[in-house]
Amino acid sequence: MENFPWPHKDLLDVDGLSIAESQHLLDTAEQFQEINSRAVKKVPALRGKGVILFFAENSTRTKTSFDIAAKRLSADTFSLGKNDSSLTKGESLKDTALTLQAMSPDIIVIRHALSGAASFLSDKVDSSIVNAGDGWHAHPTQALLDAYTLRKYWRDKNQTMQGKSLLIVGDVAHSRVARSNIKLMTALGLQVRIFAPKTLLPKGAEHWPVQIFDSLDKAVRDADAVMCLRLQLERQAAGLLPHLSEYAEKFCLTRRLMDLAAPGAPVLHPGPMNRGLEVADDLADSSASLVLDQVSAGVAVRMAVLFLLGTRKSGAFPA
Amino acid sequence: MHEPDSKFMLRNCLRKHKNDSAENLYDLLVVEGKIAELAPAGALTPPREAAVYDAGGRQLFPSFIDAHVHLRDPGFEYKEDMQSGLCAAVHGGFGAVMAMANTNPVNDKGAVTGFIREKAARICPRGPRVYPVGALSVGLMGEELAPMGELAEAGAVAISNDGRPVQNNELFRRAVEYAASFGLKVIDHCEDADIAHNWQINEGGGSLHTGLKGQPSVGEAVQVARDILFAEYLNLPIHLAHISCRQSTDLIRWAKVRGVPVTAETCPHYLLLDDAKLHSYNTNFKVSPPLRTSADVAALVQAVQDGTIDILVTDHAPHAAYEKDTPFDESPRGFIGLETAVPLTSALFSAELLEELWCKKPAEIFKLPRNNFAPGDPADFFLFDLETPWVVNRDNIHSKSLNSPWLGQTMQGKIVAHWLGGTQIFSCEDSLCLPKPL
Repeated sequence: MENFPWPHKDLLDVDGLSIAESQHLLDTAEQFQEINSRAVKKVPALRGKGVILFFAENSTRTKTSFDIAAKRLSADTFSLGKNDSSLTKGESLKDTALTLQAMSPDIIVIRHALSGAASFLSDKVDSSIVNAGDGWHAHPTQALLDAYTLRKYWRDKNQTMQGKSLLIVGDVAHSRVARSNIKLMTALGLQVRIFAPKTLLPKGAEHWPVQIFDSLDKAVRDADAVMCLRLQLERQAAGLLPHLSEYAEKFCLTRRLMDLAAPGAPVLHPGPMNRGLEVADDLADSSASLVLDQVSAGVAVRMAVLFLLGTRKSGAFPA
Repeated sequence: MHEPDSKFMLRNCLRKHKNDSAENLYDLLVVEGKIAELAPAGALTPPREAAVYDAGGRQLFPSFIDAHVHLRDPGFEYKEDMQSGLCAAVHGGFGAVMAMANTNPVNDKGAVTGFIREKAARICPRGPRVYPVGALSVGLMGEELAPMGELAEAGAVAISNDGRPVQNNELFRRAVEYAASFGLKVIDHCEDADIAHNWQINEGGGSLHTGLKGQPSVGEAVQVARDILFAEYLNLPIHLAHISCRQSTDLIRWAKVRGVPVTAETCPHYLLLDDAKLHSYNTNFKVSPPLRTSADVAALVQAVQDGTIDILVTDHAPHAAYEKDTPFDESPRGFIGLETAVPLTSALFSAELLEELWCKKPAEIFKLPRNNFAPGDPADFFLFDLETPWVVNRDNIHSKSLNSPWLGQTMQGKIVAHWLGGTQIFSCEDSLCLPKPL
């Protein structure tokens, strides 16, 4: 791999990345994907580096993905979770940050329920910060792995991402996945469409460079790919939706709807899926689903992120 | 502070008038703590034994009145106390402040009102004066009327639910009526508690960008509309606190045309800052109500200029550094404002309008004494030097807290000396701007 100077200390969101940087990150991930298919899935790229996985909000998939990614690069990983004592004892995020800093990690991966928590941490510590999801704000590695998945899907068909349309459907208002994807996908040349019931469409969405649809049927029509968002069940309790069965009835992505999309259009979902609520059971298991490709891409993309941040001074790449 | 000169003259004070192209210099004669005369420079002969000071052409203003301040005393003295709050007030040009009721204990009893007044008088016997605002409901809980008669008797000058919106329309109506029985006006913090639940930022571009929970400006405006309807129906005055958005100004303008007895205030920050400032999650920009859009800022400036908004207030709300050094959601809302208000608003409005907004009209609305530079008025005034810049930082701010959106920035214009009841409370003795005895 040629030496590409990586100017960023942190990955807080995708809007800090230039198009060339995003493409380089995806290219780097592609090389790591190859490592993931080897019998010995480990390279010494981050040997001696420490990565703290600070997950103050529950997460199994993202945390495991980062953990595997770090270990395959030979970094040492340390976990701090929601139920660990300092957090349950009411330590402020500032003090947690300073405590983590004192342990001299090279990279801190943070997942937090509050928007802006990753940037708060970044202001407090010298370590590189990777935002693994903060509130409703950003989830850059999810957007990058989604971009990776789609890029590969279309490349395998000798197509490019340029000009393709991607529909994001579901609870856009409360979705960091949607926010980061809208930024990254539009930067990479896709046309992003969104559809959400009006209570789940954020006020001000017209500021986004997206097409907003008021009917799911119209939104799906001729879409080149569809990304379904997870519906948090607490939205119903918050009075944003009537009974969930109505959501399933009116807004669930089904095979019938996908028949309106461009032929062969794939379906993505950040997981975990609520089958039968936002995505039909049979559709989730169909050949259109790229959900498992996304999971697999997640490890490669996170390896790329950790590698680029962890080696940005030395610039060395493992043979 | 030095002992009052029983007679003194302050020469060469600048007074700007709207319709004068010329800036006029005046001499001010003070006798026994009262204004004796304000006359064109050189027209007065100082009486024998009168000390004479030279204002050096600095602007002379009557002491301002801040009708919306959180002094935090009693209960939150780590944020601000009577001493630091009043020190900030007098350095900011304020000779009187109205202290909001969300102390601990809440000011919902005559004893608390009395405590606040007595402590202020003990610590600052010459002022600034503190006028307590009583709670609208017991504990500010919005369930049961506070004993307004007792509060009035103890010296409360108004009634407010500030910080805790009153959702119950029946309770609000009865509060307005009952307060009026004691000549007290209700000040309403307009915010629909259901619409504005757990908000962090204005709903719109700011919430979209940051992923923080938004409060729509209609969350304020629906209660402004409610209050206007009640004020008209009851024919009783209601004062609308810290108006922040265009919809509210439109409603108030409409109400005033109809002759509805509502008055309204806004704060310097709603005239100068919009929600784009929040993209970096800087908690020093977190305030209640939230900073709105640039269109709202423009509408508020217009509403102040056309008289829709009657007065300016600071909503001075100190918070300790550690309370603000948190993720955005965990930070309390509010800015300090006493010491930045005059330089900030002097850049927006004429001197004459500033006097109306910060002194004449708040005195009228809340029936407070003020200095109009007429013979016999209290000799409460300050000198403002428009030429002197200063930086908002620990060295220059007298408040205990530093939670200002202008932290680290340069203010243009400084209050260089302040007299209350004819006594000089402070002057910048180390600087060249000291008014020197001739």
